[in-house]
Amino acid sequence: MASASSSTADAALRFEGVAVGYGDRTLLSGVDLHVGHGKVVAIMGGSGSGKTTLLRAATGQLRLKAGKVSVLGQDLGSSGSDGLFGLRKRMGVLFQQGALFTDLDVFENVAFPLREHTKMSETDIRERVLGKLEGVGLRAAAHLKTAELSGGMARRVALARAVVMNPELVLYDEPFAGLDPISLGVTAQLIRKMADELGCASVLITHDVDESFAIADYVYLVGRGGVVAHGVPADLSASDDPYVKQFLRGEPDGPVAFQYPETPDYLAWLARQQGGRR
Amino acid sequence: MIGIVRAVGAVGRNTREGIITLGFFFRFLLALLARSGAALRRPRLVFQQIHFIGNYSLVIIAVSGMFVGFVLGLQGYYTLNRYGAEEALGLLVALSLVRELGPVVTALLFAGRAGTSLTAEIGLMRAGEQLAAMEVMAVDPLRRVLVPRLWGGIIAMPLLAAVFSAVGVLGGWAVGVGMIGIDQGAFWSQMQNGVDVWADVANGVLKSVVFGVAVTLISLFEGYRASPTPEGVSRATTRTVVAGSLAVLGLDFLMTAIMFGG
Repeated sequence: MASASSSTADAALRFEGVAVGYGDRTLLSGVDLHVGHGKVVAIMGGSGSGKTTLLRAATGQLRLKAGKVSVLGQDLGSSGSDGLFGLRKRMGVLFQQGALFTDLDVFENVAFPLREHTKMSETDIRERVLGKLEGVGLRAAAHLKTAELSGGMARRVALARAVVMNPELVLYDEPFAGLDPISLGVTAQLIRKMADELGCASVLITHDVDESFAIADYVYLVGRGGVVAHGVPADLSASDDPYVKQFLRGEPDGPVAFQYPETPDYLAWLARQQGGRR
Repeated sequence: MIGIVRAVGAVGRNTREGIITLGFFFRFLLALLARSGAALRRPRLVFQQIHFIGNYSLVIIAVSGMFVGFVLGLQGYYTLNRYGAEEALGLLVALSLVRELGPVVTALLFAGRAGTSLTAEIGLMRAGEQLAAMEVMAVDPLRRVLVPRLWGGIIAMPLLAAVFSAVGVLGGWAVGVGMIGIDQGAFWSQMQNGVDVWADVANGVLKSVVFGVAVTLISLFEGYRASPTPEGVSRATTRTVVAGSLAVLGLDFLMTAIMFGG
């Protein structure tokens, strides 16, 4: 399968024949993807398509049903808990809602990984944290409580926290969801800037087409139980695949049906409802 | 017939779920104890929690202690007066508070005030993905968040019980000496002579430490296993009060029986 980078040796993140799901249900299977160092790769798909599940597989929060995930050259499946924790120290994750710690202020939220994992002096921590906050335009918000932040500001603080350890791989879960147009543009440019300045690989889990296509080097489109299409943004934009066209143009009907499909459970429920009303 | 089968099935299911929950509870306890060494090497986190947890409950416990002291003064005088032993009021108030009411009422109030706050805090941290965020930052949330709160609760409980008993004694004094007119010297000297440091005070402290473990652990456990929804957190806080209060009363009976036996 073609990928963001031709060489497999320099992969920051690599999925090989991965299947993921919950309980007996498999959401995605046969997923192969490759994220090279310094690249920005978008994983796109509709709601419920399994994008976030892939992210959870990449962070080792979810056991795979099949296949292999390698992060920074190490197989997650064969890493013990110490190995997994070691890898996580080299990764940054931006959660969908930011997941800022509500009992800490902005400065302490960003300083949290440094205090937990390094023996840096207070002066060095202050310098690093204020520098990262400056990078997201929130240096002067360092003293604020998390409850005083808007959604866009919280996302930017979380972004500063995700990169404060200068990670080699950053995973962004729906970084553009619920942002106003200005915050959305700012966040997109920040992600690209972080990738260029830090040289870290970045994976965007998103369904926002315009912003992702503007900053991504490579795009994977997931749906229908696997990877539907992949390529550089220009190739996907020119694709004739009906699923790709429907997704990129936001058409209400197509390969992804507008109506949720009827299931035996629904039909049984409907029969009970109709029987009860007679 | 089907109804009976269903009822028996429900009893079996609930019993099995209860045993499984108990198993998870003890595994949770062991997990926290196993991480206590590393967490206690950062005492600042534990001191912070003693401060927070103590602050949650200090006012309600001091005010409750005062009213319980008032009532003990009145009821104690009513009983002792029948036997002409009203000068022993100080002793009765002190023993009642130190041996029994101080640890028990403090623990019940603690479960309702600090315990529910802990449950809601942990439950909402889970719902807001804060604990998951810690995990992917390679920080163990049990060690960083839960262990300091457990030890904060264990240490705060006897301190709060001491405040409750001290304020209660003052309440009993205000009613007995100030209102009824019992001799001040007799009130304090009877108390000084009759209260034993080991048999009474130490037993009370031991009880409040055990209650501290039970109530804080239940609060954290319920928060940690709460469904990450508003309804789930709400149910978890209710379970904290119910399970915490029943645990306190049950453990109190057991420990009192053992202490009397000793």
